[in-house]
This record gives sequence, structure tokens and C-alpha cells, in this order.
Amino acid sequence: MSVMMVFLAAIAAIIIWWLAQQRLASRPWLEVGHAHDHRRSQPLPAEKVGLGVFLAVVGSLFALSISAYFMRMASSDWGALPLPGLLWVNTGVLALASLALHRTRIEAERQHDDAARTALLMALAAGLAFLVGQLFAWRTLVGSGYVLANNPANSFFYMLTGLHGLHIIGGLAALGRTIARVRLGALDRRARLLIELCAIYWHFMLVVWLVLFVLLSGWANEVIDFCRQLLT
Amino acid sequence: MVDVRSGIGEALPPPEVEDVELYHPHSWWTRYVFSQDAKIIAIQYATTAIAIGMVALVLSWLMRLQLGFPDTFQLVDAEAYYQYITMHGMIMVIYLLTALFLGGFGNYLIPLMVGARDMVFPYANMLSYWIYLLAVLVLVASFFAPGGPTGAGWTLYPPQAVLSGTPGGRDWGIILMLSSLIIFIIGFTMGGLNYVVTVLQGRARGMTLMRMPLTVWGIFTATVMALLAFPALFVACVMMLFDRLLGTSFFMPAIVEMGEQLQHGGGSPILFQHLFWFFGHPEVYIVALPAFGIVSDLISTHARKNIFGYRMMVWAIVIIGGLSFIVWAHHMYVSGMNPYFGFFFATTTLIIAVPTAIKVYNWVLTLWRGDIHLTLPMLFALAFIVTFVNGGLTGLFLGNVVVDVPLSDTMFVVAHFHMVMGVAPILVIFGAIYHWYPKITGRMLNETLGQIHFWVTFVGAYAIFFPMHYVGLAGVPRRYHELGEAAFVPESINDLNAFISIMALIVGAAQILFLFNLVWSLRHGREAGGNPWRATTLEWQTPETPPPHGNWGKELPVVYRWAYDYSVPGAPEDFIPQNHPTPGGASHEAAP
Repeated sequence: MSVMMVFLAAIAAIIIWWLAQQRLASRPWLEVGHAHDHRRSQPLPAEKVGLGVFLAVVGSLFALSISAYFMRMASSDWGALPLPGLLWVNTGVLALASLALHRTRIEAERQHDDAARTALLMALAAGLAFLVGQLFAWRTLVGSGYVLANNPANSFFYMLTGLHGLHIIGGLAALGRTIARVRLGALDRRARLLIELCAIYWHFMLVVWLVLFVLLSGWANEVIDFCRQLLT
Repeated sequence: MVDVRSGIGEALPPPEVEDVELYHPHSWWTRYVFSQDAKIIAIQYATTAIAIGMVALVLSWLMRLQLGFPDTFQLVDAEAYYQYITMHGMIMVIYLLTALFLGGFGNYLIPLMVGARDMVFPYANMLSYWIYLLAVLVLVASFFAPGGPTGAGWTLYPPQAVLSGTPGGRDWGIILMLSSLIIFIIGFTMGGLNYVVTVLQGRARGMTLMRMPLTVWGIFTATVMALLAFPALFVACVMMLFDRLLGTSFFMPAIVEMGEQLQHGGGSPILFQHLFWFFGHPEVYIVALPAFGIVSDLISTHARKNIFGYRMMVWAIVIIGGLSFIVWAHHMYVSGMNPYFGFFFATTTLIIAVPTAIKVYNWVLTLWRGDIHLTLPMLFALAFIVTFVNGGLTGLFLGNVVVDVPLSDTMFVVAHFHMVMGVAPILVIFGAIYHWYPKITGRMLNETLGQIHFWVTFVGAYAIFFPMHYVGLAGVPRRYHELGEAAFVPESINDLNAFISIMALIVGAAQILFLFNLVWSLRHGREAGGNPWRATTLEWQTPETPPPHGNWGKELPVVYRWAYDYSVPGAPEDFIPQNHPTPGGASHEAAP
């Protein structure tokens, strides 16, 4: 559970940082009158805070899956599976989706509506391409005999990529709704917010994928072994 | 940063949160069924939770009949007994307590108490309820599925949970149970995001965090914990579904079943236990923290005195929330873990007793020299304190490895956790319903029926669970549907078991009285008025009772003081509402 503990420590740090700004040591029984939290001049939109909390939940889900991965790996029947080269391409495509959304955000800020729309469509296309690519990667693996139940490494590979894929489908749905909204008319404040939320979500999913990729390819083990050697 | 200026005459600071555009329902269906109003959703959550809770109550009756009179009734065989145990536990912990505290009270109280018009994402909030209802229906479906519900115990430990020796293991039972939990967690996440973000972003002007009632603090912290802990159950359920349906070996070791070698091999049942209890222990506090918060408010209101040590209460809630994530393995002392781990987890477990004890002291000190009104909410709150201390003390026994190992498979554990996380939170739920029913319906609950309900429930619960500690210490194992001829069990234990069973029937019957009261008082209860308890918190200051859609009429409330200005010296009345601008009394000094 050490991975989860590291994740929890990060969450705890954020919570403590936030609580530290809330005057938890004040004496509310002595303070009557207007109280004004001027946390920021421009308060964060609720949707953005909501997305942040949601990403913490998603992060917790993956941190726990990865904890389980490491704990299960310790048993003797573990036989790592060779990753298909296609995953490198998929990684690139997902990074492209993330980049395109970053681009969308910048163009939307500059009020270049058409450029923003194009970049948004590119992100959608890249996201779909990633999903298709993942399915092909699954097919390649199944084709070479690495099926789900053969080995715990296979089971984890399919489960982790599957979980990630489901989150990508959710992201695509959100992207689809955003596109439906910005297709007609100028990009208003609301549309820019939606674009920003999509961008944050997709960046997060890219980071999750990179972590999973490093993990599944086995480099993580080498890094951990190296750290162990340093410590002992 | 927050600053507080006491000059009342100054111009009102601008709102930090824009007044929201509310969804306006157009038909009866969108107003009362597919409603996006947190108050309606709260009532839907509560009704569903209580309904499924009644099923679990009946199951406990059946189990007690079997345990008390093993030879008289032929209702319950071993298989049915395991199924009842499993469903009773799972329903009570997750589908009743969690759903009622967070989905029920969270939805009703958070927007009203922080001065918001509604939750920040009303649509997701509505979905949250309907997904919860789906989870309940899937759970109920397992009663009618071939093979019946799962009998794996509420902890669902593999490998037995998916083997043919366990009821529902090779049938639909376990599949429906795992699916139902996965659905529940998805629904809860939607609701939980709402509760957290509404507290973070939806507060009225002047409602700083340190002015929030402890109820909101408790529900808020519990929701944050639930959002981080439920994914562990989610992952565990998904992996076990893979094992059961697709033949993987996440949790399943090599097994010979009925002389036949199964496909599985190499999996780790302990891995499941880690994941389960990583969720399971925070779950105890997910149920307890809202109870702590609500009880603080009930005591302060009905003792007409400010809560003692408000700051410390807030800190204790947050610290308990944090600590509860590093104690999970104290549920696994008998899993063969490294003794050093056991020592570590015993230490963290005992450390949690410190903030918890602080809370108990503060409740008692709030009562000290208070103007105690023995209203029904107060009676239940007092009963909670006593019960929680009782349950907590046996927790100190079980938290230590050496004491836990011999006790862990006996009825002592059953008595302990029923006291601390069964009876105690349920008492708070009753107290809270008696307290807020007038706001929800505009009418008071019947006092006489309430008194009978309280005394039977309180005394009855002790009559059930105190003897059960002795039964456990005498060595009676849990999870056995009958004892048979056990030489180490004295004859008197059978009498005690019969007594416990009769009391369980009586206490259960008292709950039917309570339900009758809920329905009867809807029409025949005394008119309550807007603020029958003369309470300070915002939900009692709404312009109309019950509060309409949007809660506050034209203007959102502005908060000028904390939630506990009771019996302020010099004030004309013994309470000053949170949205009351002038300082208490004639002098312009702040309230002590």
C-alpha cells in the first residue's frame, strides 16, 4: 500500500495547505460582524473545484490499483508480458490530444474562435485514435496468446488499461458536449471554462497513462530496485 | 485569509459566490420525482435508506430467532443464516448508514446550513440518488436470484466468497452484490462531489469555515474521506468480479474444490483484505463523524449553551479523519501479519482514542451547567454519548493485538461494533430526525410515541448488547448458526441468548412505532412554526417552513456570528441567530 500512502500524503499536503489559510486558530465566538474571506480577487468557479476533487478521486482509484499491482507482483507466478510497440504510438497520440487541448485553450483566450474550434476537433480525433489504438494493442496481445487469465501480469495489464480507457471514454463524452456547445456562436465565458476543464482532465489522463506505461513496461521495477540498492 | 470586522455599519462586502440560476421544474414529475432540489433528494435518499434498513432489521430478527431458539424454529438453516448475516451487515453499514448520513442529512442540511440555495451541481445530485436506488434494487434482486444472495459475510473475503461452498458463490449472489457496490460507489461519488464543493464554494457571505456548524464540518470531512476511501472498495470489487467471471487470479490462490483443481493460482486473499479494510476502517468514521457533528449541535441547542471548545472540536474531526486512514490493518491481526505491523497499527489505533476522547469531554463540558431541556433530540444525544463511550472502551480492548487475538472470532466483537457503529450512530439518526422533522414537514413528531420509542430503543439496545459481551467472553464464536453440544459453553448462555433474542424483537417492534409516528405526524402533528427549538443555525431562519425550492426567498442570508450564540449575557433572548447583525445585548462588545 506504499503507493497509496504516497498519494495520500500528497492529498494530505494539499488539504493542510488549504486548511492553513482558513484561520483554524481563530476564536469565532469573539468575532461578531462581517467576515470576508478574500481568498482570491476572482473566486474559482465551482466546476473547476469540482473537477479538482473528482481528479483526486480518480487519482485515488489508480493509486490503489497500482498498490494492488505491486503487492500481487511479489508472488512467484508473475510473468511480465512484452508490450506491443503500438503503445508508443498511442502514447504519442494521447500527448497530441493533450497538446491540441492546450492549443484550444490558448486560442480561446485570444478569442481566435475558429482556430480554437479546429484544435478542439483535433483533440477529439486524437482521443478517438488513442482509444482505437489501445483496442488494437489488446488485439495484438490476444493474438500472440497473452490472454486475460493466463497470468496475473496480463490480468493487470488489461484491467489497468481498461480502467484508463473507460476514463478516456468519459473524457471523450465531455469533449463531445463541449464541441456541441462551441460549434455555433462565439466562445463565451462558459465555453472557455468548459474548454479549460476538458484540458485539465485530459492532461491528467495523460499523466496517469504515462505512469501506467512506465509501470507496465517494467521500468518502474528497475527504478525501484535501483533505489533499494541505494538504500541498502 | 479571512478577516473579521466588527463594525456593523460598514457596507456589506460583495458576495463571493454569485447567486445561482436555479433549475425551475415544470411538472409534477420534475418537481417531486426527478427533482434537482437537494431537499427532495434528501427525502428520497432517506426514505429509500430506511426502507432497505427495515429489510435488514427483519433479517436480524430471523437470525436472533435462530440463535435464541435453535430447536424451536426451522426457519433458518446454515445457508440462510450466512445470507442473512451478509445482507444485514452490508445493508446497515453502506445502504442505510452511509446513504442516510451523507445522502440524507448531507443533502438536506448542507445547503440550508451554509446558506446556499441548493447544491452546486443539482443535476449530478439527482443522478446520484437514482444511481443509489439502482444499487439498492440490484442488491434486492439478489434475494430473488437463483441461489439467493451471497453468504460470504459483509467483508466478502475471497476465496470463499466465490466458491461453491458459500451460498451465492457460484450463483448470482456474489455477482449482484459486487455490481451493486460498484454502482453505489459511482452514485456516491456524484453526490459526494456536490457535498464537498457546496461547502467549499457555496457558502453565504460571512459564513467562514470557522463559523460553520459542527454538523457541516462532520459531514464535510466524512465526505472527503469517503471520496478517497471508496475507490479501494471499487478496485476490490472490480478485481473480484474479474476473478469470479473471467477466471483471473487477483485474489484466488490455487484451490482444489470438491476434488477438482480450479483454474486459479497464485492470487493473494490478503491483498483483498488490505483493499477492503483500507475502505472499511475509514467507513467507520464516515459514519461516525457526521454523528459527532450532529450530536454537537443537538447538545448545544438543547442545553442552551455554546459548544465547549469549538476549535478543538473542528481540529478533532479533521485529525480523526486523517488518522483513520492509517489504522486499517487492525482488522487483520489474525491474518498472520508481521507482529511489528500489528504493533504499529495497535499504536495508531490507540492514538485515535485521543481526539475522540477530547470530543466526549467537550460534549460533557457543554452539558455542564447548561440549561438542559430533556427533549427527544436531547435524550437521543445523551444516549449516544453513553453508548459511544461504552463501545469505545471495548474498542480499546480489541485494538490491542494480544487481547484481540483470542476475542476476534467471538460474539464480543459483534457486541463491540454494534455498540459503537450500529447503535450509537442510529441513536444520532433518531435524534436528528426528531430535531429536524419540524423543519422538513412543518410539524412536530408526537412526543408520547417518541418517549416510548426512545426508552424502549435505548434500554432495549443495552439489554441486547451488554449480555452479548458476556456471551463472547464465555467463548461463543460468531458466525455460527447454532452452537450444538459445545462443552465449553455453560447452559446459562442459552438462556442469555434467548433473552437477547426476545429483546431484539421488542426493540425492532419499537422502530415500527417510530415509522408510524413519522407518517402520523405528517398530518396530525402539532404545528411547529419556523424555529421550534429556538436554534441559531441558518436552516431555522428560512422565511418559510418547510423551505421552498431555493430556500431563501429573494435575498441570500448574511452571516454575522458563529453557530453557537446561546444564552449570551445581556441578549434579550437566549439565542442569537447566525444572521442576526447587531451584537448581543446593549453593549457593543463581542459575545463571550
